[in-house]
Amino acid sequence: MITGAGLFLAFLFVIWVAYNIVDRPTNFFQVFLIGITTGCVYALVALGYTLVYGILELINFAHGDVFMLGGMLTITYATHFFNLHHGQGIVIVPIVFATLLLSMLTCGAINAAIEFIAYRPLRNAPRLAPLITAIGASFIIEDVGLAWKGPNYISSPDVFPHSTVFSIGGVTYTWNKLLVVLITVPVLLALSYLVQQTRQGKAMRATAQDKDASAMMGINVNRTISFTFLIAGALAGAAGLLYALYVTTVRFDQGFQLGLIAFTAAVLGGIGNLPGAVLGAILIGLIQAFNEGPLWHSPGSDWTEAIVFSILILILVFRPEGILGEQTPEGG
Amino acid sequence: MSEQLTSHAGGTQGESPSEQVGYRNKVRARWRTLAFEQRLVISLGGALVAAILLWLVDHALGYAALVITTIYWLRHVPARYKLPAEAAFVVLLAILALTWTTPWSLVLLIAVFAAITWIPGNRKAWAVPVAFLVLAILYPFYADQMFTMPIFGVWPDVGTGVYMLVFVMMAVGLNIVVGYAGLLDLGYVAFYAFGAYTAAWLMSLQFPHAHYSLGAVGLLPGWVGVHISIWIVLVLAGCITALSGIVIGLPTLRLRGDYLAIVTLGFGEILPKVAQNGDSLFGFNLTNGPNGITPLDAPGFGHHLSSWTGGFLPANYLQCCTQTVNVGFLHIHHQIQSYDVYFWTAIVLLIFTVFVSLRLQYSRLGRAWIAIREDETAAAAMGIPLMRTKTWAYASGAFFGGIAGAYYAVFKSATFPGDFYFNISVFILCMVILGGMGNIWGVIVGAAFLAYLNQEGLANTGAWLNTNIHVGGWRPNINVPLYASGIYGVIILIVMLFRPEGLIPSRRRAAELHEGVHDEPLYDHEVAGST
Repeated sequence: MITGAGLFLAFLFVIWVAYNIVDRPTNFFQVFLIGITTGCVYALVALGYTLVYGILELINFAHGDVFMLGGMLTITYATHFFNLHHGQGIVIVPIVFATLLLSMLTCGAINAAIEFIAYRPLRNAPRLAPLITAIGASFIIEDVGLAWKGPNYISSPDVFPHSTVFSIGGVTYTWNKLLVVLITVPVLLALSYLVQQTRQGKAMRATAQDKDASAMMGINVNRTISFTFLIAGALAGAAGLLYALYVTTVRFDQGFQLGLIAFTAAVLGGIGNLPGAVLGAILIGLIQAFNEGPLWHSPGSDWTEAIVFSILILILVFRPEGILGEQTPEGG
Repeated sequence: MSEQLTSHAGGTQGESPSEQVGYRNKVRARWRTLAFEQRLVISLGGALVAAILLWLVDHALGYAALVITTIYWLRHVPARYKLPAEAAFVVLLAILALTWTTPWSLVLLIAVFAAITWIPGNRKAWAVPVAFLVLAILYPFYADQMFTMPIFGVWPDVGTGVYMLVFVMMAVGLNIVVGYAGLLDLGYVAFYAFGAYTAAWLMSLQFPHAHYSLGAVGLLPGWVGVHISIWIVLVLAGCITALSGIVIGLPTLRLRGDYLAIVTLGFGEILPKVAQNGDSLFGFNLTNGPNGITPLDAPGFGHHLSSWTGGFLPANYLQCCTQTVNVGFLHIHHQIQSYDVYFWTAIVLLIFTVFVSLRLQYSRLGRAWIAIREDETAAAAMGIPLMRTKTWAYASGAFFGGIAGAYYAVFKSATFPGDFYFNISVFILCMVILGGMGNIWGVIVGAAFLAYLNQEGLANTGAWLNTNIHVGGWRPNINVPLYASGIYGVIILIVMLFRPEGLIPSRRRAAELHEGVHDEPLYDHEVAGST
């Protein structure tokens, strides 16, 4: 019966989407492109959650706030160090690239530091203990952002061009959306290479499967975990850059909400599962865009969070392993 | 079993399995090897240095450090030194009292604390709570006579006292879920919201098409809406919230610990959104949206009960109280006010909460909760029905959250969706963690302290910091209450890392947290069985 109810809900959703495609295709595909773009940002954040969960089975609540710091760092680096501003032409490419690297490095270091301070001493404690310190760390980082940049929105220069890449039947695809995808995809490929092909990636996978056995094989477990946090933080830094430059405003309390949405994406795809996180993030991005876009009977942005968290609860209750299946140490 | 393999994952770094968790145990083990005199000299010397440093910052701080150290050491004096030590303390107190600059209230407070340390162990269980209860009930009378605390400034006023009591109630309720049953609930604010909105619906003009009253006081002629007596509403709010706890719990409680935390967090995020957008749910105004529901009816017992008890029970809290209490030699001249009555009502509710919570702790159900918390698999094997027991924990925790929420809404005479965000859940969780998960007295102390900090303490502390700290010409200008959640984050982090059992620990919970019990519940084992 429970599965039936879930299928019925999914069926209703499909009907709704199909009606929208037929009824107002222009709006639908426009919203679809927005969804893909948002999904890319979510994917980078969701991968951070899923990497950490895969190796430690810990929900790193502070991750969303590291992402927020990434946005703030991006704005600081780009405007203070590189004097980035609107209308510079092609010179923004090296500037954005350098900012990306700096932001990823800083966020990676911050995330690894959080692991060292807040999670490592509790490695043997009951599993809820590091979860509680994660919330504490999240609140602290949020207030670091508050103390640093103040309680208001800070804005970034709008450097991504808004000119059209292509336009088919009224659906326009703009450069700023394409740039988000163009930055996300290489980062994802690099991550995939790192995890699948390198020695360090092999160590990460081994540690995720069995810490004791990997220690016996000569893997430095603590260093591998630190490295994982570093990578996760770097992804959050990249996401922060994309968010800051695409949305152009950042505020200290945005990280936690967006982090929870990204975590929902990770759970939707199957926590611990890297392709799953990307898939889930794209889906959540699409759902959010459909919900907020000018479609037939869309509930509107007031309800975005309620809908995303309802999905989270439904997934956890009905299919906790997610769409692509969970790859935690026991499951993998 | 995978449990044996994974429970000491860090053991590969050269630690033996018996090694305990945390930084502090290493220091503690070294401390235990010292003789009594060595410990006394080290800690008194340390306290003296600290007191001198603090004295340089603020004189009162230095004295406070000395008094706290002295009271602490009086508890640990071996029998042969006991009499001289106590005599010396009494002399010290007398000197303090006779110096006319020392406020009387301070001397009395120190005397009360010292007296409490001298209560024999077998009577402590009831004598200490009763002493504090009497102090709390009398608080409105002597609140304005209290001395000014170092850093924290003046003592909280009675209105803050009501706020503190409400949050203590919520923390005691959450302690049932987190402390007794070991289920991490990150959405406790949902129950608070449920209670508050139940009260708001049943005691206001929110539904103008209805016309129903049951024992409500203070209605104006020509009233509309639903108006029910607060005493019925409190019970109803508790029951409805408990029901909502069961509804939330039934599908989710079979999840393992961290997934449960996330689901509760999800509920805690959804509910305020519903409250916020609930001014047109398919055209129906359920929650009045971001404007909230206000005002609520005044609480009261009505004229019949009031005259029947000779005016002891006030007819209407808002139009009450003409009695004045005079105690000449303590300079107490106090006219009883509405806030005082709210305060005493909150104390009665808290006593009820604490009583139920204490009776539950070692009941059959309470022991089942502890068993589940310590080892779910073993508990299931012993025949404890996991789902039913956990659902009961959820329902009991929700019940008190609902009552507290309803009472607080009535006290404020309003509910707003902005009161129910995630940081409140963490705030209440922080109270439970700081006080000591599973120990009700610890939770009460932690909750009262943090609620006070939130309401008055942080602002006072900030004012103190900004005026008293200066390095050369530089003065900090920090808006301390703005960083409240960060401060709670720091408290959570420090407590979990250095003293995970909280300030006043439950002995059993402390053992679990230090020995590193690995709480891998049933769900994991089902999956692990396949490997």
